[in-house]
Amino acid sequence: MNKLKLTIFLSAASLWYRRRVLALVCLTLTLSVTLLLGIQYLRTEIRQSFTSTISGTDLIVGARSGQLNLLLYTVFHIGDATNNIRWSTYQSMTEDSRIDWLIPISLGDSYRGYRVVSTNEQFLAHFRYGNDQPLTLASGDWFSDLFDVVIGAGVARQLDHELNDDLVLSHGGGRTSFSNHKDLPFRVSGILAPTGTPVDQAVYISLEAMEAMHVGWESGVAIPGRTLSADQARNRDYTPDAITAVFVGLDRPILTFQVQRELNQSREEPLSAILPGVALSELWRMMGQFEKALLGISGFVVITSLVGLIAVLLTLQAQRQREIAILRATGASPGLIAGLYSLECVGLALASCLFALLLGAAAIAGLSPWLLEHYGLQIRLRPLAREEWLLLMAVPLSALAVSALPALNTWRAGRQQGFGAQDSS
Amino acid sequence: MNSKTRQPPDSSRPDTLAIRTRNLHFRWQNQARELAFPDIQLTRGEHLFLHGPSGTGKSTLLGLLAGMHTPSRGSLQLLNQELTTMKAGARDRLRADHMGVIFQQFNLVPYLSAMANALLPCRLSNLRHSRALPSATEAAQHLLTQLGIPQSHWHQGVTRLSIGQQQRVAAARALIGAPEIILADEPTSALDSDNRDRFLELLLTLAERSNSSVVFVSHDQSLAGHFHHRMALEVAP
Repeated sequence: MNKLKLTIFLSAASLWYRRRVLALVCLTLTLSVTLLLGIQYLRTEIRQSFTSTISGTDLIVGARSGQLNLLLYTVFHIGDATNNIRWSTYQSMTEDSRIDWLIPISLGDSYRGYRVVSTNEQFLAHFRYGNDQPLTLASGDWFSDLFDVVIGAGVARQLDHELNDDLVLSHGGGRTSFSNHKDLPFRVSGILAPTGTPVDQAVYISLEAMEAMHVGWESGVAIPGRTLSADQARNRDYTPDAITAVFVGLDRPILTFQVQRELNQSREEPLSAILPGVALSELWRMMGQFEKALLGISGFVVITSLVGLIAVLLTLQAQRQREIAILRATGASPGLIAGLYSLECVGLALASCLFALLLGAAAIAGLSPWLLEHYGLQIRLRPLAREEWLLLMAVPLSALAVSALPALNTWRAGRQQGFGAQDSS
Repeated sequence: MNSKTRQPPDSSRPDTLAIRTRNLHFRWQNQARELAFPDIQLTRGEHLFLHGPSGTGKSTLLGLLAGMHTPSRGSLQLLNQELTTMKAGARDRLRADHMGVIFQQFNLVPYLSAMANALLPCRLSNLRHSRALPSATEAAQHLLTQLGIPQSHWHQGVTRLSIGQQQRVAAARALIGAPEIILADEPTSALDSDNRDRFLELLLTLAERSNSSVVFVSHDQSLAGHFHHRMALEVAP
């Protein structure tokens, strides 16, 4: 016990004495541990953020297609719908007693590269993301007039839109469109609060507005004389013929599979009903390979820094012969000297881990508002998860393992050392 | 020159033998030449002066006495224990418990204060710790005071001390906890003559107080008068 205390005392004093040289090594190690820990942390956070893109929705129903395709175009606004579903199908779903709520959505248009999602007030009422969080409006109200539009936080930020701004939607997707619905400008009635999900990157109009915009556009372009002016438009009834997809909430989630099977086997038209959670985790599995590779690379960075640490320790070893000779002559065993090396190495690694934790926490605390503001990425400061602690603990343990080299070196030299360093020739 | 001749203490009792060597030989690794050493018999409390030109193996003999090397032949007894049959760990233990060492220079652990350097043997050996009276810290303070290290320097880094002061801190380290044997390898060679005589006088006086035997290596024969015994090492034929 005394020996251990002495070894700790000596290694602490020795590290402090050599702090100028070791500070650089410590910095390298700190940065690489920060990288390793940061990547693992972000991995968990982004995964969390990804899998919480949609929550509370039991089924997503669209035209028959693969589940990833349906998930991508309905939730992530990536790619296009294969087909629409009939309004009558939606109508019959509203009559199903097992279904609690439905959010119909219709896609197809865009606004300066952002998707236009036409839906109804059910979207605000029932769409959930994250940990069952509802959507809220940062300012204004949900659309009430035919030509009202509600925009996502990302759109408002990027295009610098405010309430009551006028905007002209484009026909079809894509950033640049040559056919704009310029006769029927929309007015921003509300701006959604940031969610860190694709909801931020879209604009929302009513189903009726989507229909009204497309009167006279049946051939794909506006035919002069057949389109409507704003005033003409307000006095008509717009029941859509078709919509793109429906988000479904059930009364009892236990019935999910039953409803899913019935929808998939519908005789009225070919439908696909998917479980968003399952589709999300399948999508993540595909993307997961990449982040594992990233983690692997940062692991190698840490190993490289540890090797650098050993190189420095071995260089210092040459300068430490006298000190070691004194300790040996005073009766310290080669084991104690080897322990001194190992402890110094582990001490440095622990210091680096501590600095990395502080650095990481400071970086996340400092950058998270900025990340949410500019990239819609929601990174919270939270206590480390078990895997992260394990990863962090692996650093001093690896340091202990690699310190075996100089320690063994010293141990062997100690056994052969003469009386005083000057005597070893 | 101060050439007071010291009287040898009573050497009639065999258990008071500090060092006894017989027919001691040593061969460095990869060297054909075998060094032969004259027999030594040193009673506790007696001091031995070892001198001889370079290359005669003075430091090697100290290494053997300290148990850092193992002899190729012969017998080596310290405090009636045969060193040649001991394991390396036991020899380290013996050195920690019963020996103080002083080198030519660079005697101190650079990152410890003078006080921590002086206390080092007490931290490595419980025996030395228990013998340092009334307490290890007080014994160290007492020794540092007697060796003329100003109190303001006790807790400073040792690299700020002069060479003479460093050697005296090393002497305090060798003396603390009253080890039976003190091995000194030319500790005065870096000192001027005033400092040298004062250092030697202090070392021997304090060693006598704890009944320690000093084995002192030097090529400066003028110091021989301070010691009970002297022995010359010669170049092997």
